[in-house]
Amino acid sequence: MTRSRKPVVAGWFTQDPAEGGGFRLIGTRCRGCGAVFFPREDHACRNPACDGAEGDLEEVPLSRRGRVWSYTDARYRPPAPYVSDPARPWEPYALVAVELTAERMIVLGQAAPGTGVADLAVGMEVELVPGVLHEDAEHVWTTWHWRPVGGGR
Amino acid sequence: MSRDVAVLGVGMHPWGKWGRPFTRYGVAAARAALADAGLDWRDVGLVVGADTVRGGYPGHVAGAAFAQALGWQGARVASVYAACASGAQALDTARAHILAGLVDTALVVGADAAPKGFFAPAGGDRPDDPDWLRFRVLGATNPTYFGLYARRRMALHGDTPEDFARVKVKNAAAGAANPLARYRTPVTAAQVAASPVVADPLRLLDVCATSDGGAAVVLSSLDFARRRATADPVRIRAVSTVTPVYPRTVPDLPDIATDSALAVAPPEPAAGFRSAVVRAAYEEAGIGPEDLDLAEVYDLSTALELDWYEDLGLCPPGGAVKLLRDGATALGGRIPVNPSGGLSSFGEAVPAQALAQVCELTWQVRGLSGPRQVAGARVGVTANQGLFGHGSSVVVIR
Repeated sequence: MTRSRKPVVAGWFTQDPAEGGGFRLIGTRCRGCGAVFFPREDHACRNPACDGAEGDLEEVPLSRRGRVWSYTDARYRPPAPYVSDPARPWEPYALVAVELTAERMIVLGQAAPGTGVADLAVGMEVELVPGVLHEDAEHVWTTWHWRPVGGGR
Repeated sequence: MSRDVAVLGVGMHPWGKWGRPFTRYGVAAARAALADAGLDWRDVGLVVGADTVRGGYPGHVAGAAFAQALGWQGARVASVYAACASGAQALDTARAHILAGLVDTALVVGADAAPKGFFAPAGGDRPDDPDWLRFRVLGATNPTYFGLYARRRMALHGDTPEDFARVKVKNAAAGAANPLARYRTPVTAAQVAASPVVADPLRLLDVCATSDGGAAVVLSSLDFARRRATADPVRIRAVSTVTPVYPRTVPDLPDIATDSALAVAPPEPAAGFRSAVVRAAYEEAGIGPEDLDLAEVYDLSTALELDWYEDLGLCPPGGAVKLLRDGATALGGRIPVNPSGGLSSFGEAVPAQALAQVCELTWQVRGLSGPRQVAGARVGVTANQGLFGHGSSVVVIR
């Protein structure tokens, strides 16, 4: 039996990268003022100066590339609800805060496997790639990762 | 009309890992503050508790829990929760009651018995909670965010891990002289460098621990203080509890992304929420950074203390390391920061911590801090922020 792929949160990124446009984070944009939200805001615009109506938000894919605002890593196993196998030795992963120029916002994410803090630098260009957060008996839980463009420095 | 309230008394239970129920720490702190104030508990008009959250809800609603432990006496009661800012919010609730003339006196209490290790959200499957989501999706602990800020300082200002270690050495030296601190041993830069990395570039001794502790403050109206012939009482002149202004453009826990600055330009100055919290306190108190004799800031990490120097306006952006290296923020310097030893020496007892900052300022402006005394201290500020966007800054004046 094959396990199905399931996004860690529904609606935050494109489900099937094979569909046109490639893998993208999905935010929402206010039709009134143009403000962009990620994670997606579906209820009402959060710009206090916007008088847009409730629900007047549309889905928008976010930029595929951005620049590293900062980065760090997790040298110790994070507590639940982060899922990891306590029977296996902990393998640190890097976390990246990425500045998206077009959206004028910063989005965090784990770095792609194999990318450590030594491979990262503030200002470096990174791109969004699909990733796997963890796997269990029924599902492969999918997420997004940031990876240096051209494989890093 | 003056909007000051008097600090009649302060008290703390020593910080540590005592393994006792949090109410005991709160009651010990409350009794110490009442004794310091010379006030009978039965004469207190309002008790405000900074809530202690267990399992995602204020399991023991703190105000009433402390009132019961001290013995029900029919006072008004309020309980507030604002994460790390809970103490400031509790203080502000008490102040508002006093300034509105509803009560003459108020007892504010916060206490915690912290679990070991990383703070974590309550269990269950709760994708509507941003605090749950950051752990589920990213494994982003609190030190993750501190690591991001520290690395950003290194890239922007040229700070080094050795600079961060200097903050630890400074605060540990102050904490060694504080009998209420949990860690009372001097620390060397070599010890910081030898401690394991938690969230690159921060090491274990760069990041504050979680602790047990309790702190309490007794407030009154200035009239009440005068009637008791307290000629020159310590006063609280400002309590800032502001939220951020949209768009918030610096990543902050528990959020996975910032606001977008596409529709609205970021507010000026672009320094962000922390400086806005402090600016609101300065404006309310009618003071500026040049009026300060000392400050107690939330050094959740060593690098974050440096951010606060700039947010307080003690130096321009990027100038914090020079201030530190010059010794200006150490005991005996021009503007000592965290003369208590800070979170570095205490570890965080969430609902008590913002009140502990006020206790330290009160002792300092009374001139009762012994070897930690900041000479001639008259004006101090606390700075802190609580999860989800709760500002916390208090100006204490004598």
